[in-house]
Amino acid sequence: MRMSLENRWRIAIGIFGVLFLFLAPQVFELFTIINLTTAIALAVLALSLGLVWGYGGILCFGQVGFFGLGAYAYTIAAINFGDTTGAIFVAILVGAVAAGVLGYFMIYGRVSDVYLAVITLTFTLILYSLLRRTSGPEYKIGDALLGGFNGITSPPLNIPGDISNTLFPEDVFYVAMLVLILAYFGCIWLTRTHFGRVVVAIRENELRAELLGYDIRRYKLAVFMIGGGLAGLAGVLFANGIGRVTPDMFNLYNAALTIIWVIVGGRGTLIGPIMGSFGMFYLTFFLGTQTVINNNLVLGVILIIFVLVVPNGLVPEAGRLWRTASNRRSTSRRERKMRRRTARSTARNGDSSSEAPRET
Amino acid sequence: MKREVVVETRNLSMHFGGVVAVDRVNFTLRENDLHCLIGPNGAGKSTFFKCLTGQLTPTEGDVVIRDFHAAGRHPHQIAGLGVGIKTQTPNLFNGLSVDENVWLSARRWHDARRARALTTETLERLKLTDLRHSQMDQLSHGQRQWVELGMVVAAEPWLVLLDEPTAGMTHDEVVRTAELIREINQRATLIVVEHDMQFIRMIAEKVTVFHQGAILIEDTMDVVTHDQRVREVYLGHRQQ
Repeated sequence: MRMSLENRWRIAIGIFGVLFLFLAPQVFELFTIINLTTAIALAVLALSLGLVWGYGGILCFGQVGFFGLGAYAYTIAAINFGDTTGAIFVAILVGAVAAGVLGYFMIYGRVSDVYLAVITLTFTLILYSLLRRTSGPEYKIGDALLGGFNGITSPPLNIPGDISNTLFPEDVFYVAMLVLILAYFGCIWLTRTHFGRVVVAIRENELRAELLGYDIRRYKLAVFMIGGGLAGLAGVLFANGIGRVTPDMFNLYNAALTIIWVIVGGRGTLIGPIMGSFGMFYLTFFLGTQTVINNNLVLGVILIIFVLVVPNGLVPEAGRLWRTASNRRSTSRRERKMRRRTARSTARNGDSSSEAPRET
Repeated sequence: MKREVVVETRNLSMHFGGVVAVDRVNFTLRENDLHCLIGPNGAGKSTFFKCLTGQLTPTEGDVVIRDFHAAGRHPHQIAGLGVGIKTQTPNLFNGLSVDENVWLSARRWHDARRARALTTETLERLKLTDLRHSQMDQLSHGQRQWVELGMVVAAEPWLVLLDEPTAGMTHDEVVRTAELIREINQRATLIVVEHDMQFIRMIAEKVTVFHQGAILIEDTMDVVTHDQRVREVYLGHRQQ
Protein backbone atom coordinates (compact mmCIF):
# COMPACT_ATOMS: atom_id res chain seq x y z
CA MET A 1 0.00 0.00 0.00
CA ARG A 2 1.30 3.46 -0.86
CA MET A 3 1.75 5.75 2.07
CA SER A 4 -0.05 9.07 1.99
CA LEU A 5 1.96 12.26 1.79
CA GLU A 6 0.78 13.19 5.27
CA ASN A 7 2.09 9.97 6.78
CA ARG A 8 5.42 10.31 5.04
CA TRP A 9 5.76 13.78 6.51
CA ARG A 10 4.90 12.52 9.95
CA ILE A 11 7.52 9.81 9.77
CA ALA A 12 10.06 12.41 8.63
CA ILE A 13 9.09 14.60 11.57
CA GLY A 14 9.46 11.64 13.91
CA ILE A 15 12.93 10.81 12.59
CA PHE A 16 13.97 14.45 12.84
CA GLY A 17 12.64 14.59 16.40
CA VAL A 18 14.58 11.51 17.49
CA LEU A 19 17.78 12.73 15.81
CA PHE A 20 17.38 16.09 17.48
CA LEU A 21 16.81 14.35 20.81
CA PHE A 22 20.16 12.57 20.59
CA LEU A 23 22.26 15.14 18.77
CA ALA A 24 21.25 18.45 20.34
CA PRO A 25 23.11 17.89 23.66
CA GLN A 26 26.26 16.95 21.68
CA VAL A 27 26.13 20.04 19.52
CA PHE A 28 24.74 22.83 21.65
CA GLU A 29 26.03 24.51 24.78
CA LEU A 30 24.36 23.97 28.12
CA PHE A 31 22.70 27.38 28.05
CA THR A 32 21.03 26.60 24.72
CA ILE A 33 19.92 23.20 25.98
CA ILE A 34 18.21 24.72 29.03
CA ASN A 35 16.55 27.26 26.77
CA LEU A 36 15.46 24.48 24.43
CA THR A 37 13.85 22.61 27.32
CA THR A 38 11.71 25.66 28.01
CA ALA A 39 10.83 25.96 24.33
CA ILE A 40 9.86 22.29 24.26
CA ALA A 41 7.63 22.77 27.31
CA LEU A 42 5.87 25.60 25.49
CA ALA A 43 5.58 23.40 22.38
CA VAL A 44 3.74 20.77 24.41
CA LEU A 45 1.45 23.53 25.68
CA ALA A 46 0.88 24.66 22.08
CA LEU A 47 0.17 21.06 21.08
CA SER A 48 -2.47 20.78 23.79
CA LEU A 49 -4.24 23.88 22.49
CA GLY A 50 -3.81 22.60 18.93
CA LEU A 51 -5.74 19.51 19.97
CA VAL A 52 -8.46 21.32 21.90
CA TRP A 53 -8.96 24.20 19.48
CA GLY A 54 -7.78 22.84 16.15
CA TYR A 55 -9.45 19.45 16.44
CA GLY A 56 -12.08 19.90 19.15
CA GLY A 57 -13.14 23.35 17.94
CA ILE A 58 -13.04 24.66 21.51
CA LEU A 59 -11.37 28.06 21.60
CA CYS A 60 -9.79 27.94 25.03
CA PHE A 61 -8.18 31.27 25.78
CA GLY A 62 -6.96 30.04 29.14
CA GLN A 63 -4.91 27.00 28.23
CA VAL A 64 -2.10 28.55 30.29
CA GLY A 65 -4.38 28.16 33.32
CA PHE A 66 -4.03 24.37 33.18
CA PHE A 67 -0.37 24.77 32.26
CA GLY A 68 0.30 26.94 35.32
CA LEU A 69 -1.79 24.74 37.59
CA GLY A 70 0.19 21.73 36.38
CA ALA A 71 3.47 23.48 37.11
CA TYR A 72 2.35 24.56 40.58
CA ALA A 73 0.89 21.13 41.32
CA TYR A 74 4.16 19.48 40.29
CA THR A 75 6.26 21.82 42.41
CA ILE A 76 4.06 21.63 45.49
CA ALA A 77 3.68 17.86 45.23
CA ALA A 78 7.40 17.34 44.63
CA ILE A 79 8.32 19.44 47.66
CA ASN A 80 5.91 17.48 49.81
CA PHE A 81 6.58 14.01 48.42
CA GLY A 82 10.33 14.37 48.05
CA ASP A 83 10.13 12.14 44.96
CA THR A 84 9.15 13.94 41.74
CA THR A 85 7.78 10.92 39.87
CA GLY A 86 4.41 10.96 41.60
CA ALA A 87 4.35 14.73 41.29
CA ILE A 88 4.32 14.44 37.49
CA PHE A 89 1.12 12.44 37.64
CA VAL A 90 -0.37 14.86 40.16
CA ALA A 91 0.32 17.68 37.69
CA ILE A 92 -1.37 15.85 34.81
CA LEU A 93 -4.31 14.99 37.03
CA VAL A 94 -4.70 18.54 38.32
CA GLY A 95 -4.66 19.90 34.75
CA ALA A 96 -7.24 17.38 33.60
CA VAL A 97 -9.51 17.76 36.63
CA ALA A 98 -9.41 21.57 36.47
CA ALA A 99 -10.35 21.35 32.79
CA GLY A 100 -13.01 18.81 33.70
CA VAL A 101 -14.68 21.00 36.31
CA LEU A 102 -14.48 24.20 34.28
CA GLY A 103 -15.42 22.37 31.10
CA TYR A 104 -18.38 20.64 32.70
CA PHE A 105 -20.10 23.92 33.49
CA MET A 106 -19.27 25.48 30.13
CA ILE A 107 -19.97 22.53 27.87
CA TYR A 108 -22.95 21.03 29.67
CA GLY A 109 -24.27 24.56 30.15
CA ARG A 110 -23.96 24.98 26.36
CA VAL A 111 -21.99 28.20 26.63
CA SER A 112 -21.33 29.62 23.16
CA ASP A 113 -17.83 29.82 21.67
CA VAL A 114 -17.14 33.46 22.44
CA TYR A 115 -18.22 33.20 26.06
CA LEU A 116 -16.22 30.02 26.45
CA ALA A 117 -13.13 31.95 25.38
CA VAL A 118 -13.95 34.75 27.81
CA ILE A 119 -14.62 32.37 30.71
CA THR A 120 -11.39 30.44 30.20
CA LEU A 121 -9.42 33.67 29.97
CA THR A 122 -11.04 34.93 33.16
CA PHE A 123 -10.22 31.63 34.81
CA THR A 124 -6.52 32.01 34.20
CA LEU A 125 -6.51 35.71 35.14
CA ILE A 126 -8.23 34.90 38.44
CA LEU A 127 -5.52 32.34 39.19
CA TYR A 128 -2.92 34.95 38.27
CA SER A 129 -4.18 37.56 40.74
CA LEU A 130 -4.93 34.94 43.36
CA LEU A 131 -1.43 33.50 43.35
CA ARG A 132 0.17 36.93 43.34
CA ARG A 133 -1.45 37.56 46.70
CA THR A 134 -0.01 34.50 48.37
CA SER A 135 3.19 36.01 49.74
CA GLY A 136 3.60 35.40 53.43
CA PRO A 137 4.22 32.43 55.65
CA GLU A 138 0.51 31.69 56.09
CA TYR A 139 0.11 30.68 52.43
CA LYS A 140 1.53 27.22 52.28
CA ILE A 141 0.45 23.80 51.16
CA GLY A 142 2.23 21.18 53.24
CA ASP A 143 5.88 22.20 53.20
CA ALA A 144 5.57 24.37 50.11
CA LEU A 145 5.35 28.12 50.58
CA LEU A 146 3.42 29.64 47.67
CA GLY A 147 5.62 32.72 47.69
CA GLY A 148 3.35 35.32 46.05
CA PHE A 149 4.69 36.87 42.88
CA ASN A 150 8.12 35.37 43.48
CA GLY A 151 6.67 31.91 43.11
CA ILE A 152 8.32 28.69 44.23
CA THR A 153 11.61 27.10 43.29
CA SER A 154 10.84 23.82 41.53
CA PRO A 155 12.79 20.72 42.48
CA PRO A 156 14.40 19.14 39.41
CA LEU A 157 13.23 15.71 38.28
CA ASN A 158 14.86 12.74 39.92
CA ILE A 159 15.32 9.13 38.87
CA PRO A 160 12.11 7.36 39.95
CA GLY A 161 12.52 6.03 43.49
CA ASP A 162 15.94 7.63 44.04
CA ILE A 163 15.47 11.11 45.48
CA SER A 164 19.14 11.96 45.77
CA ASN A 165 19.73 11.22 42.10
CA THR A 166 18.40 14.36 40.38
CA LEU A 167 18.63 14.86 36.65
CA PHE A 168 21.13 17.22 35.03
CA PRO A 169 19.82 19.85 32.61
CA GLU A 170 20.88 17.68 29.65
CA ASP A 171 18.87 14.78 31.04
CA VAL A 172 15.87 17.03 31.56
CA PHE A 173 16.19 18.00 27.91
CA TYR A 174 16.06 14.32 26.92
CA VAL A 175 12.94 13.83 29.01
CA ALA A 176 11.28 16.94 27.57
CA MET A 177 12.06 16.04 23.97
CA LEU A 178 10.86 12.49 24.53
CA VAL A 179 7.63 13.80 26.04
CA LEU A 180 7.12 16.10 23.06
CA ILE A 181 7.63 13.29 20.56
CA LEU A 182 5.36 10.92 22.46
CA ALA A 183 2.72 13.60 22.97
CA TYR A 184 2.78 14.48 19.27
CA PHE A 185 2.36 10.90 18.11
CA GLY A 186 -0.11 10.24 20.91
CA CYS A 187 -2.24 13.11 19.62
CA ILE A 188 -2.00 11.79 16.05
CA TRP A 189 -3.11 8.39 17.27
CA LEU A 190 -5.97 9.98 19.18
CA THR A 191 -7.26 11.86 16.16
CA ARG A 192 -7.41 8.60 14.22
CA THR A 193 -9.44 6.67 16.76
CA HIS A 194 -13.23 6.58 16.65
CA PHE A 195 -13.22 9.08 19.50
CA GLY A 196 -10.92 11.49 17.65
CA ARG A 197 -12.91 11.30 14.45
CA VAL A 198 -16.14 12.04 16.31
CA VAL A 199 -14.43 15.03 17.96
CA VAL A 200 -13.53 16.38 14.52
CA ALA A 201 -17.05 15.70 13.31
CA ILE A 202 -18.44 17.71 16.24
CA ARG A 203 -16.17 20.60 15.26
CA GLU A 204 -17.59 20.41 11.75
CA ASN A 205 -21.28 20.23 12.69
CA GLU A 206 -22.57 19.80 16.21
CA LEU A 207 -26.20 19.24 15.27
CA ARG A 208 -25.36 16.55 12.74
CA ALA A 209 -23.20 14.72 15.28
CA GLU A 210 -26.08 14.85 17.76
CA LEU A 211 -28.53 13.60 15.17
CA LEU A 212 -26.27 10.63 14.55
CA GLY A 213 -26.71 9.80 18.22
CA TYR A 214 -23.41 11.05 19.61
CA ASP A 215 -23.56 12.83 22.97
CA ILE A 216 -21.44 15.76 21.89
CA ARG A 217 -21.03 17.16 25.38
CA ARG A 218 -19.23 14.03 26.57
CA TYR A 219 -16.85 14.09 23.64
CA LYS A 220 -16.10 17.78 23.97
CA LEU A 221 -15.53 17.50 27.70
CA ALA A 222 -13.26 14.50 27.20
CA VAL A 223 -11.07 16.25 24.64
CA PHE A 224 -10.99 19.37 26.81
CA MET A 225 -9.77 17.27 29.75
CA ILE A 226 -7.13 15.53 27.66
CA GLY A 227 -5.93 18.97 26.58
CA GLY A 228 -5.90 20.12 30.21
CA GLY A 229 -3.86 17.10 31.27
CA LEU A 230 -1.37 17.65 28.46
CA ALA A 231 -1.06 21.33 29.40
CA GLY A 232 -0.40 20.20 32.97
CA LEU A 233 2.39 17.95 31.73
CA ALA A 234 3.80 20.90 29.76
CA GLY A 235 3.79 22.78 33.06
CA VAL A 236 6.01 20.10 34.61
CA LEU A 237 8.55 20.50 31.82
CA PHE A 238 8.40 24.28 32.08
CA ALA A 239 8.99 24.19 35.84
CA ASN A 240 12.03 22.03 35.13
CA GLY A 241 13.31 24.25 32.35
CA ILE A 242 13.01 27.50 34.28
CA GLY A 243 13.55 25.95 37.68
CA ARG A 244 10.77 28.01 39.22
CA VAL A 245 7.03 28.56 38.97
CA THR A 246 5.58 32.06 39.19
CA PRO A 247 2.11 33.60 38.84
CA ASP A 248 3.31 35.11 35.55
CA MET A 249 2.68 31.75 33.92
CA PHE A 250 -1.02 32.59 34.16
CA ASN A 251 -0.90 36.13 32.82
CA LEU A 252 -2.66 37.67 29.85
CA TYR A 253 0.52 37.90 27.79
CA ASN A 254 1.10 34.17 27.95
CA ALA A 255 -2.57 33.37 27.42
CA ALA A 256 -2.55 35.41 24.21
CA LEU A 257 0.79 34.01 23.12
CA THR A 258 -0.55 30.44 23.19
CA ILE A 259 -3.35 31.41 20.85
CA ILE A 260 -0.86 33.17 18.56
CA TRP A 261 1.35 30.08 18.31
CA VAL A 262 -1.58 28.04 17.10
CA ILE A 263 -2.71 30.72 14.64
CA VAL A 264 0.78 31.17 13.21
CA GLY A 265 1.52 27.45 13.00
CA GLY A 266 -1.88 26.45 11.71
CA ARG A 267 -5.09 25.29 13.27
CA GLY A 268 -6.23 21.78 12.43
CA THR A 269 -2.70 20.44 12.33
CA LEU A 270 -0.63 19.13 15.22
CA ILE A 271 2.84 19.98 13.98
CA GLY A 272 1.75 23.56 13.20
CA PRO A 273 1.30 24.71 16.81
CA ILE A 274 4.60 23.04 17.76
CA MET A 275 6.45 24.86 15.00
CA GLY A 276 4.60 28.07 15.78
CA SER A 277 5.70 27.96 19.39
CA PHE A 278 9.33 27.19 18.52
CA GLY A 279 9.43 29.90 15.89
CA MET A 280 7.89 32.54 18.10
CA PHE A 281 10.00 31.51 21.08
CA TYR A 282 13.23 32.01 19.17
CA LEU A 283 11.98 35.15 17.52
CA THR A 284 11.17 36.62 20.94
CA PHE A 285 14.55 35.43 22.17
CA PHE A 286 16.32 37.07 19.23
CA LEU A 287 14.33 40.29 19.59
CA GLY A 288 15.24 40.32 23.27
CA THR A 289 18.91 40.56 22.36
CA GLN A 290 18.48 43.78 20.40
CA THR A 291 17.34 47.15 21.64
CA VAL A 292 16.37 48.90 18.42
CA ILE A 293 12.66 48.10 18.35
CA ASN A 294 10.24 47.11 21.07
CA ASN A 295 9.76 43.38 20.60
CA ASN A 296 6.06 43.37 21.49
CA LEU A 297 5.54 45.75 18.61
CA VAL A 298 7.20 43.30 16.23
CA LEU A 299 5.18 40.37 17.59
CA GLY A 300 1.98 42.36 17.17
CA VAL A 301 2.82 43.18 13.56
CA ILE A 302 3.60 39.52 12.88
CA LEU A 303 0.26 38.44 14.30
CA ILE A 304 -1.61 40.99 12.17
CA ILE A 305 0.24 39.87 9.04
CA PHE A 306 -0.60 36.25 9.74
CA VAL A 307 -4.26 36.86 10.43
CA LEU A 308 -4.58 38.92 7.22
CA VAL A 309 -2.26 37.12 4.80
CA VAL A 310 -1.95 33.54 6.04
CA PRO A 311 -5.12 33.04 8.07
CA ASN A 312 -4.81 29.25 7.94
CA GLY A 313 -1.34 29.30 9.40
CA LEU A 314 2.04 28.24 8.08
CA VAL A 315 1.69 24.48 7.93
CA PRO A 316 -1.67 24.26 6.10
CA GLU A 317 -0.51 26.99 3.71
CA ALA A 318 2.75 25.17 2.99
CA GLY A 319 0.78 21.97 2.42
CA ARG A 320 -1.49 23.75 -0.05
CA LEU A 321 1.45 25.21 -1.98
CA TRP A 322 3.15 21.82 -2.04
CA ARG A 323 0.02 20.15 -3.43
CA THR A 324 -0.46 22.81 -6.09
CA ALA A 325 3.17 22.55 -7.11
CA SER A 326 3.16 18.75 -7.26
CA ASN A 327 -0.11 18.78 -9.23
CA ARG A 328 1.44 21.17 -11.70
CA ARG A 329 4.54 18.99 -11.90
CA SER A 330 2.56 15.82 -12.57
CA THR A 331 0.32 17.63 -15.06
CA SER A 332 3.26 18.94 -17.01
CA ARG A 333 4.86 15.50 -16.93
CA ARG A 334 1.66 14.01 -18.30
CA GLU A 335 1.46 16.73 -20.96
CA ARG A 336 5.01 16.12 -22.07
CA LYS A 337 4.30 12.41 -22.34
CA MET A 338 1.17 13.10 -24.38
CA ARG A 339 3.02 15.46 -26.69
CA ARG A 340 5.73 12.88 -27.26
CA ARG A 341 3.13 10.25 -28.03
CA THR A 342 1.32 12.50 -30.51
CA ALA A 343 4.60 13.40 -32.14
CA ARG A 344 5.45 9.74 -32.52
CA SER A 345 2.09 8.80 -34.02
CA THR A 346 2.22 11.77 -36.41
CA ALA A 347 5.61 10.58 -37.59
CA ARG A 348 4.30 7.06 -38.08
CA ASN A 349 1.22 8.12 -40.03
CA GLY A 350 3.18 10.41 -42.27
CA ASP A 351 1.13 13.08 -43.93
CA SER A 352 -2.20 11.34 -43.63
CA SER A 353 -2.99 12.78 -40.20
CA SER A 354 -2.39 16.31 -41.34
CA GLU A 355 -4.71 15.79 -44.27
CA ALA A 356 -7.45 14.14 -42.32
CA PRO A 357 -9.22 17.23 -40.98
CA ARG A 358 -9.44 18.77 -44.41
CA GLU A 359 -12.87 18.49 -45.96
CA THR A 360 -13.34 18.00 -49.65
CA MET B 1 -54.08 -7.91 13.82
CA LYS B 2 -53.00 -4.33 14.30
CA ARG B 3 -49.31 -3.53 14.13
CA GLU B 4 -47.57 -2.05 17.13
CA VAL B 5 -47.66 1.72 17.62
CA VAL B 6 -44.07 2.97 17.50
CA VAL B 7 -44.53 6.74 17.60
CA GLU B 8 -47.30 8.57 19.32
CA THR B 9 -47.79 12.25 20.09
CA ARG B 10 -50.27 13.22 22.75
CA ASN B 11 -51.72 16.71 22.60
CA LEU B 12 -48.42 17.96 21.24
CA SER B 13 -48.30 21.77 21.15
CA MET B 14 -45.56 24.20 20.31
CA HIS B 15 -45.94 27.92 20.87
CA PHE B 16 -43.49 30.62 19.84
CA GLY B 17 -44.54 33.60 21.91
CA GLY B 18 -48.12 34.16 20.82
CA VAL B 19 -47.83 32.07 17.68
CA VAL B 20 -49.19 28.55 17.89
CA ALA B 21 -47.09 26.53 15.44
CA VAL B 22 -48.37 23.12 16.49
CA ASP B 23 -51.75 22.86 18.15
CA ARG B 24 -52.63 19.77 20.23
CA VAL B 25 -51.64 17.18 17.67
CA ASN B 26 -52.44 13.54 18.33
CA PHE B 27 -50.57 11.42 15.87
CA THR B 28 -49.83 7.72 15.76
CA LEU B 29 -47.42 5.80 13.62
CA ARG B 30 -47.47 2.03 13.40
CA GLU B 31 -44.63 -0.30 12.68
CA ASN B 32 -43.56 -0.47 9.02
CA ASP B 33 -45.73 2.52 8.09
CA LEU B 34 -44.52 4.92 5.44
CA HIS B 35 -46.21 8.06 6.54
CA CYS B 36 -46.01 11.41 4.75
CA LEU B 37 -46.66 14.74 6.38
CA ILE B 38 -47.71 17.42 3.96
CA GLY B 39 -49.14 20.89 4.16
CA PRO B 40 -48.56 24.38 2.83
CA ASN B 41 -45.74 26.59 4.11
CA GLY B 42 -46.20 27.51 7.74
CA ALA B 43 -48.57 24.62 8.41
CA GLY B 44 -46.36 23.51 11.28
CA LYS B 45 -45.00 20.30 9.81
CA SER B 46 -41.37 21.22 10.25
CA THR B 47 -41.96 22.39 13.80
CA PHE B 48 -43.75 19.12 14.46
CA PHE B 49 -40.76 17.30 12.98
CA LYS B 50 -38.34 19.21 15.21
CA CYS B 51 -40.39 18.25 18.26
CA LEU B 52 -40.10 14.60 17.24
CA THR B 53 -36.33 14.80 16.79
CA GLY B 54 -35.60 16.71 19.98
CA GLN B 55 -34.46 19.88 18.24
CA LEU B 56 -37.34 21.70 19.93
CA THR B 57 -38.91 21.11 23.33
CA PRO B 58 -42.69 21.11 22.95
CA THR B 59 -44.62 23.64 25.03
CA GLU B 60 -47.16 21.01 25.97
CA GLY B 61 -47.90 17.37 25.38
CA ASP B 62 -45.65 14.39 24.90
CA VAL B 63 -43.91 12.39 22.22
CA VAL B 64 -43.60 8.67 22.88
CA ILE B 65 -41.26 6.59 20.76
CA ARG B 66 -41.87 2.96 21.67
CA ASP B 67 -41.75 3.32 25.48
CA PHE B 68 -39.48 6.32 25.56
CA HIS B 69 -40.90 9.71 26.52
CA ALA B 70 -39.04 11.87 24.05
CA ALA B 71 -40.42 15.35 24.70
CA GLY B 72 -37.68 17.63 25.96
CA ARG B 73 -34.94 15.08 25.38
CA HIS B 74 -31.76 15.84 23.46
CA PRO B 75 -31.47 14.87 19.78
CA HIS B 76 -28.69 12.41 20.61
CA GLN B 77 -30.97 10.58 23.03
CA ILE B 78 -33.66 10.24 20.38
CA ALA B 79 -31.17 9.25 17.68
CA GLY B 80 -29.71 6.89 20.27
CA LEU B 81 -32.92 4.86 20.20
CA GLY B 82 -31.98 3.80 16.68
CA VAL B 83 -33.71 6.62 14.86
CA GLY B 84 -32.25 7.95 11.62
CA ILE B 85 -32.83 11.64 11.06
CA LYS B 86 -32.38 13.90 8.04
CA THR B 87 -33.04 17.59 8.53
CA GLN B 88 -34.54 20.02 6.05
CA THR B 89 -31.36 21.82 5.04
CA PRO B 90 -28.49 19.39 4.50
CA ASN B 91 -26.65 18.99 7.77
CA LEU B 92 -23.28 17.50 7.03
CA PHE B 93 -19.67 17.50 8.13
CA ASN B 94 -18.57 19.93 5.45
CA GLY B 95 -14.83 19.73 5.94
CA LEU B 96 -14.78 15.94 5.81
CA SER B 97 -14.94 13.44 2.96
CA VAL B 98 -18.08 11.66 1.79
CA ASP B 99 -16.64 8.42 3.09
CA GLU B 100 -15.95 9.88 6.53
CA ASN B 101 -19.47 11.31 6.74
CA VAL B 102 -21.08 7.95 6.08
CA TRP B 103 -18.58 6.07 8.24
CA LEU B 104 -19.28 8.29 11.26
CA SER B 105 -22.91 7.28 11.02
CA ALA B 106 -22.25 3.57 10.60
CA ARG B 107 -19.63 3.49 13.35
CA ARG B 108 -22.11 4.87 15.90
CA TRP B 109 -23.90 1.52 15.86
CA HIS B 110 -21.41 -1.03 14.63
CA ASP B 111 -17.88 -2.21 15.41
CA ALA B 112 -15.01 -1.03 13.23
CA ARG B 113 -15.08 -3.86 10.71
CA ARG B 114 -18.84 -3.88 10.22
CA ALA B 115 -18.86 -0.07 9.97
CA ARG B 116 -16.27 -0.16 7.18
CA ALA B 117 -18.23 -2.80 5.30
CA LEU B 118 -21.49 -0.91 5.75
CA THR B 119 -19.89 2.32 4.55
CA THR B 120 -18.57 0.69 1.38
CA GLU B 121 -21.90 -1.03 0.81
CA THR B 122 -23.89 2.17 1.32
CA LEU B 123 -21.65 4.17 -1.01
CA GLU B 124 -22.07 1.54 -3.71
CA ARG B 125 -25.79 1.35 -3.18
CA LEU B 126 -26.15 5.12 -3.54
CA LYS B 127 -23.65 5.24 -6.43
CA LEU B 128 -21.37 7.53 -4.47
CA THR B 129 -18.26 5.37 -4.68
CA ASP B 130 -16.55 7.68 -7.17
CA LEU B 131 -17.10 10.66 -4.89
CA ARG B 132 -16.01 8.96 -1.70
CA HIS B 133 -12.82 11.00 -1.30
CA SER B 134 -14.40 14.33 -2.25
CA GLN B 135 -14.86 16.83 0.49
CA MET B 136 -18.53 17.54 1.24
CA ASP B 137 -18.42 21.24 0.41
CA GLN B 138 -17.34 20.47 -3.16
CA LEU B 139 -20.58 18.62 -3.94
CA SER B 140 -23.79 19.86 -5.53
CA HIS B 141 -26.91 20.35 -3.46
CA GLY B 142 -28.52 17.17 -4.76
CA GLN B 143 -25.40 15.12 -4.05
CA ARG B 144 -25.26 16.54 -0.53
CA GLN B 145 -28.85 15.50 0.09
CA TRP B 146 -27.99 12.10 -1.26
CA VAL B 147 -25.00 11.71 1.09
CA GLU B 148 -27.19 12.65 4.01
CA LEU B 149 -29.62 9.92 3.02
CA GLY B 150 -26.62 7.61 2.87
CA MET B 151 -25.76 8.56 6.43
CA VAL B 152 -29.27 7.61 7.49
CA VAL B 153 -29.13 4.29 5.63
CA ALA B 154 -25.67 3.33 6.89
CA ALA B 155 -26.83 3.38 10.52
CA GLU B 156 -29.53 0.79 9.74
CA PRO B 157 -32.19 2.55 11.83
CA TRP B 158 -35.56 1.01 12.63
CA LEU B 159 -37.29 4.39 12.50
CA VAL B 160 -36.45 7.00 9.88
CA LEU B 161 -37.48 10.66 10.03
CA LEU B 162 -36.88 12.67 6.85
CA ASP B 163 -37.57 16.37 6.45
CA GLU B 164 -37.90 17.32 2.77
CA PRO B 165 -35.49 14.72 1.40
CA THR B 166 -35.92 15.84 -2.23
CA ALA B 167 -35.50 19.60 -1.83
CA GLY B 168 -33.23 20.89 -4.60
CA MET B 169 -33.05 17.57 -6.45
CA THR B 170 -33.44 17.02 -10.19
CA HIS B 171 -36.29 14.84 -11.44
CA ASP B 172 -34.06 11.78 -11.83
CA GLU B 173 -32.71 12.21 -8.35
CA VAL B 174 -36.25 12.48 -7.00
CA VAL B 175 -37.19 9.20 -8.69
CA ARG B 176 -34.13 7.48 -7.24
CA THR B 177 -34.88 8.90 -3.81
CA ALA B 178 -38.40 7.49 -4.01
CA GLU B 179 -36.96 4.07 -4.83
CA LEU B 180 -34.53 4.32 -1.95
CA ILE B 181 -37.25 5.30 0.48
CA ARG B 182 -39.35 2.32 -0.52
CA GLU B 183 -36.30 0.15 0.00
CA ILE B 184 -35.71 1.59 3.47
CA ASN B 185 -39.37 0.95 4.23
CA GLN B 186 -38.88 -2.78 3.83
CA ARG B 187 -36.95 -2.79 7.08
CA ALA B 188 -37.91 0.44 8.80
CA THR B 189 -40.80 2.69 9.69
CA LEU B 190 -40.73 6.11 8.08
CA ILE B 191 -42.05 9.61 8.51
CA VAL B 192 -41.40 11.85 5.52
CA VAL B 193 -42.17 15.56 5.57
CA GLU B 194 -42.58 16.87 2.03
CA HIS B 195 -44.41 19.31 -0.10
CA ASP B 196 -43.53 17.90 -3.50
CA MET B 197 -46.88 16.24 -4.33
CA GLN B 198 -45.46 14.27 -7.24
CA PHE B 199 -42.88 12.71 -4.99
CA ILE B 200 -45.45 11.88 -2.35
CA ARG B 201 -47.57 10.15 -4.94
CA MET B 202 -44.57 7.94 -5.74
CA ILE B 203 -44.05 6.75 -2.19
CA ALA B 204 -46.93 7.43 0.12
CA GLU B 205 -49.22 4.89 1.69
CA LYS B 206 -50.63 7.14 4.31
CA VAL B 207 -50.72 10.92 4.28
CA THR B 208 -51.35 13.41 7.03
CA VAL B 209 -52.18 16.94 5.98
CA PHE B 210 -51.21 19.72 8.36
CA HIS B 211 -52.99 23.03 8.34
CA GLN B 212 -52.48 25.86 10.81
CA GLY B 213 -50.64 23.63 13.24
CA ALA B 214 -53.28 20.94 13.38
CA ILE B 215 -54.06 17.75 11.50
CA LEU B 216 -56.59 18.48 8.79
CA ILE B 217 -57.04 14.99 7.43
CA GLU B 218 -55.25 11.66 7.62
CA ASP B 219 -55.88 9.08 4.92
CA THR B 220 -54.52 7.45 1.78
CA MET B 221 -53.10 9.67 -0.96
CA ASP B 222 -56.14 9.08 -3.19
CA VAL B 223 -58.65 10.20 -0.63
CA VAL B 224 -56.50 13.15 0.39
CA THR B 225 -56.04 14.50 -3.13
CA HIS B 226 -59.76 14.39 -3.75
CA ASP B 227 -60.65 16.01 -0.47
CA GLN B 228 -62.30 19.41 -0.88
CA ARG B 229 -60.67 20.93 2.22
CA VAL B 230 -57.18 19.91 1.13
CA ARG B 231 -57.69 21.61 -2.22
CA GLU B 232 -58.83 24.76 -0.48
CA VAL B 233 -55.81 24.76 1.79
CA TYR B 234 -53.37 24.17 -1.03
CA LEU B 235 -54.94 26.39 -3.65
CA GLY B 236 -56.01 29.01 -1.15
CA HIS B 237 -59.52 29.51 -2.51
CA ARG B 238 -62.87 27.80 -2.62
CA GLN B 239 -63.67 25.93 -5.82
CA GLN B 240 -66.97 26.91 -7.36
